[in-house]
Amino acid sequence: MSEQETGQGTVAQRLAGKRIAITGSTGFLGTALVERLIRSVPDCDLVLLVRPGKRSTPTERARREIFRNDAFGRHLENLGKEEFWASIERRVQVIAGDVGTDGLGLDEDGRAILASCDIVVHSAATVSFDAPIDGAVEVNLLGPTRIAETLQGLGVAPHLVAVSTCYVAGNRRGNAPEQLLTDSPFHIDVGWRDEVTAARRVRDDFDAESRTVHRLEEFRSRARHELGAAGTPLLAAKTEQIRHRWVSEQLVEAGRARAASLGWPDSYAYTKALGERALVESKGSIPVSIVRPSIIESAWAEPHPGWIKGFRMAEPIIISYARGLLKEFPGVPEGVVDVIPVDLVVAAIVKVAARGPLGDGTNTDITQVASGTRNPLHYRRLVELVSSWFAEHPLYDQKGQPIAVPEWSFPGRGAVERQLDRAQKNLALADRTLKLLPLRGKQAMINAGVEEKKELVERASGYVKIYGAYAECEALYGVACLLDLESEIQGDAADRFDCDPGVVDWDHYVQQIHLPTVVDHARVKTTGERSDPDARIRRLRSRVLAPERQLAAFDLENTIIASNVVFSYAWLASRNLNPRDRVRFTLKTLGEAPALLALDQRDRTDFLRHFYRRYEGASVEEMNRLGPELLADHILTKAFPAALRRVREHRRLGHRTVLITGALNIVVDPLGPLFDDVICAEMSVRDGRYTGELLAVPPTGEVRAQALRDYADAHGFDLAETVAYADSSSDLPLLEAAGFPVAINPETRLASIAIKRGWLIEYWSKAGGGTDKMLPLGALPSPRKSRK
Amino acid sequence: MSKKKRPNPRPGFILEVDRQTPPILFHHGEGFRMEKLPVGRSRVIYPSEPLRGMDDPDAAIRRALLEPINDDPLPSLLRPDMKLTIAFDDISLPLPPMARPDVRQRILETVLDMVAEAGVDDVHIIAALALHRRMTEPELRHAVGDRVYEAFAPHGMLYNHDAEDPEGMVILGKTRHDEDVQMSKRAAESDLVIYVNINLVSMDGGWKSTATGLAGYQGVRVHHNVKTMRNSTSFMDQEKSELHTANWRQGEVIKNHGPRIFQIETTVNTNVFGHEGPLSMLQKREWEWSVRDRAAFTAMNAGLGRMTGPQKRKIFHSWKAPYELTSVQAGEVEAVHEKTTEMVYKQHLVPVVGQTDIVTMGLPYLSPYNVNSIMNPILVTVQGLGYFFNLYRGKPVVREGGVCIMSHPTPWEFHPVHHPSYIDFFEQVLADTTDPIEIERKYEKQFAEDEWYRHLYRTSHAYHGVHPFYMWYWAAHAMQYLGQVIIVGGEPSAVRRLGFRPASTLQDALEMAEDTVGPRPTITHLHNPPILMADVS
Repeated sequence: MSEQETGQGTVAQRLAGKRIAITGSTGFLGTALVERLIRSVPDCDLVLLVRPGKRSTPTERARREIFRNDAFGRHLENLGKEEFWASIERRVQVIAGDVGTDGLGLDEDGRAILASCDIVVHSAATVSFDAPIDGAVEVNLLGPTRIAETLQGLGVAPHLVAVSTCYVAGNRRGNAPEQLLTDSPFHIDVGWRDEVTAARRVRDDFDAESRTVHRLEEFRSRARHELGAAGTPLLAAKTEQIRHRWVSEQLVEAGRARAASLGWPDSYAYTKALGERALVESKGSIPVSIVRPSIIESAWAEPHPGWIKGFRMAEPIIISYARGLLKEFPGVPEGVVDVIPVDLVVAAIVKVAARGPLGDGTNTDITQVASGTRNPLHYRRLVELVSSWFAEHPLYDQKGQPIAVPEWSFPGRGAVERQLDRAQKNLALADRTLKLLPLRGKQAMINAGVEEKKELVERASGYVKIYGAYAECEALYGVACLLDLESEIQGDAADRFDCDPGVVDWDHYVQQIHLPTVVDHARVKTTGERSDPDARIRRLRSRVLAPERQLAAFDLENTIIASNVVFSYAWLASRNLNPRDRVRFTLKTLGEAPALLALDQRDRTDFLRHFYRRYEGASVEEMNRLGPELLADHILTKAFPAALRRVREHRRLGHRTVLITGALNIVVDPLGPLFDDVICAEMSVRDGRYTGELLAVPPTGEVRAQALRDYADAHGFDLAETVAYADSSSDLPLLEAAGFPVAINPETRLASIAIKRGWLIEYWSKAGGGTDKMLPLGALPSPRKSRK
Repeated sequence: MSKKKRPNPRPGFILEVDRQTPPILFHHGEGFRMEKLPVGRSRVIYPSEPLRGMDDPDAAIRRALLEPINDDPLPSLLRPDMKLTIAFDDISLPLPPMARPDVRQRILETVLDMVAEAGVDDVHIIAALALHRRMTEPELRHAVGDRVYEAFAPHGMLYNHDAEDPEGMVILGKTRHDEDVQMSKRAAESDLVIYVNINLVSMDGGWKSTATGLAGYQGVRVHHNVKTMRNSTSFMDQEKSELHTANWRQGEVIKNHGPRIFQIETTVNTNVFGHEGPLSMLQKREWEWSVRDRAAFTAMNAGLGRMTGPQKRKIFHSWKAPYELTSVQAGEVEAVHEKTTEMVYKQHLVPVVGQTDIVTMGLPYLSPYNVNSIMNPILVTVQGLGYFFNLYRGKPVVREGGVCIMSHPTPWEFHPVHHPSYIDFFEQVLADTTDPIEIERKYEKQFAEDEWYRHLYRTSHAYHGVHPFYMWYWAAHAMQYLGQVIIVGGEPSAVRRLGFRPASTLQDALEMAEDTVGPRPTITHLHNPPILMADVS
């Protein structure tokens, strides 16, 4: 490209006929940039480097994530649907590429297309402030260098505009002008190549540590705490998930620590800073301009006021504050919050591209896009604007009451963190304690509530950790180059490409533009209208009872009846005992209860095997004779009428119903007619007597899920159209196997899982008016004797 | 006091409430309330005192069998090679169950002596429970006596009727109104059916014994429906009961196409709580309570106050009434029943002049369908609006559009074994609508043909799936006739589900009633139990 070609005139004229490659176009800034160029620079072509998605091609991703975004609404309306898509087709080329891999992952066609570009705008980045260090290093640190090296490899030298961040200047007070980091007096000399090696090694280190015996044991016990006795496969999956999460958390922590040790607020700024240095070192003959925005927020005017994509940095904080969750946030009241609307950043990038590199292109030029020096927004003012706006437009709680926003006293970060830590610890203790109690049904919901609170506090605490540094940052970013750019390069009547932060009226921006957008995006309650609390349950219930469902699987104990194998055995065993022996039997069974319970919690299958030995020698004929009586005297009195009703509702709808339980056939048989099929534990018989040994592994835990799968396979049912009913986390495999899981009177762990996953929860109770005995005993053998 | 020394029983009595009237006893489930009724506009109807019982019931029974009405003596009907079926009324009669020996035991023992003498081997004894729950072993033993039970039950010759046995029921034919007549196959194919009845109220007995008692859903639904019940004013008055007429139409078919019926009917007096003993004050008039009665009542109330619901229920349900036999007659169904009805009226009828704006009733712990069980809200409804309301001849005690105030705790409680379909009826059907017509149209078939209810009816001790519907139909006439129904002391959520209004005190209820009937309404209290039937002119 030559000075001549770039020439004079407006932005649109300067960029006419240019082919511009863009990375990171699916991001917030990238999408805004693409939209602006498509709409306001009609004679340029675009090449978008898009990473293939898990299930979609780059072209599909671009269509879905970029062009269907509401940013294009204005342009679409101007052109009409047909012409809009035709122009996209004509002007935009999408190529598969990934700045996280060497050579950008381009194929030959991609390389040829990239080689034909006049300008490359690199805006791809891991913007998350708490990304694991190795990922951030690959994308943020190595990304720009990889682009420069690829271009050199292609033998071309287009103008490379790299987007960075003001915060590369690090945690400091005072002026931070538009200069290379190496030119800064506060520069610390660290080799970026060493940092890359170290970041890659640190993942291996933590991965190795996560596989040590004591770590693995810790993960297993955490999985068990969360899921209970859910069976080996589920616990194993959960343990592995916890391990991955742990490694990732360590990498985040490592990034934060490394960044802090070198004077950056987080790993984002740290990797971006080193990325700039690496780019300058490796750019060769390629002319490079760096654009450094501060905190990018919703649009001031283009494509429309308040336009935003995704839930960004300030939004969760604002919403947490409005919901009364964030009672304090650290910050210096007279400090400056350096926020910049996205359209100003886009305008700056486009103007830098239109202008071309400064000088002969051997030196890297830098443009900072920040508001702090030119048009500062003070932290106290921001808080005032936010709190007065929410006082007028409050959010509402579940009961339909407006939420009063807390007043911030601008404490130091330490005080806030300590307060949140304390709350976190208390809630964790409450959570642990509650999980140890044998709660069920509505009581178990208390725990779910605690868990939800715990998560909210954890999130608030996370915000303070991550963003607190920004609110306290007192650096002032110089914008001399930006202002030069504003005066040198002109837009036209259609689009002035304003990039002067002075245009922003903060009061208007915060209250009329940004907050309404944030509240709208957050999908929070903004009216006092009471939502029908049962509407959700009714909706879920109607899905469960939709005619197109095919199969309904039921657990027995605490799902259909409030009983267990011990109770059923007690009833059967005591049926033929005289009063004195009954007392002895009751005492003995109750005495054994703690040991039995402990065994049951460890391994359900072992417990059942052990317990069913007691039936050894029982006469089959006698048990069959007692069946109907067991049903009347024991099972029905303990049954949940709503459960019996639900089974039959499924049958009426033409669904197949199956009972899957670890209970013995002796006990289950009387309930048989309720279901189409019964899968239960069966005991072998010798000479008309039960042997006390099971014919097969009883259907509990994962065996039960397998039984359901086998059953569905055998009868040609779709598991996605299957409903499963169960009560405890040990039934999790069964519930997860079905497309429509329903938790019945869930115990604490299942209650929290069910709430998190949005499952239908039903509370079923026994018919009122019955008596609760410690141990249910059968009727006395002869009514005549008992009468006398 | 032996019955020799007792003065002649006094007839029923109407008390006009004045300043001297003491608080009046209201039964209130497993408890009682003493209520002051408004002076000058209230009256209380007291039942007749229990008629004298027969001196030698066994001799009377024997005489009835040997000298039947319009029929040959029983021994002459018996042959050694015959197929004989004896059916008897189930647990719903009498209320409460009577102290041993039960009338049915006395009759069965006498009948079976004759049967043995005649050398009849093929004898089946069936509890004619229609769509009621199967009786348990102790209940059967109580009704028929241990001797009969042990001689027949172990051989499968004494059992509960099973109206859902696909092999066990037959259609005898159709009535002149094209209605099905259904009967147990065993009974239908017998050479002789001997029916042993206890006639507690005037709707019992006659052709209803066999046409309903030994039938199934197909036969019973002919008259157990909203239309029949609304056309029975009341179903206790045979002259004006469509229920009665329909049963008699079915009786014609049995007479012409069914087995020969030898009907044995009995009546008992109203000696429910005993002339002496812990509950005797309950069948006395309040101003005649002795010091001892007052003390016993106060002590009982204090004791009940300390007990849980199930404990109180257990105590009340263990009460066996010392009923005495007042008549026994055997032979041809209609002739026998005429005599029976005469005796029932003699005990129950109390002449009453004019209607009032409000009727009040204290509902006891028991209805025909919760012996040894729980009186659930639907049974509360049927006890008040079905039975008590319909215990009238001529016209109801309360005027049309008037208010019925019942007193009962009405807990949201159900017996899961006896009343499974009631639970679903209450929680599903009544949550949708309380209109009997709508309920009949929309839900009856589904419940009646539900396989699970069928299973529980046949193998466990559950009322048939359709039974709660019949309870609701039983109350249909009252619901249509009344302007408002209020339950005093009832659990509000349960009362509202029934479509009625809850009130915490009788005073509140009376004030609420004024919205419907206007200020200063007239009030009639039915002092029932013991049973009374108002003969309103």
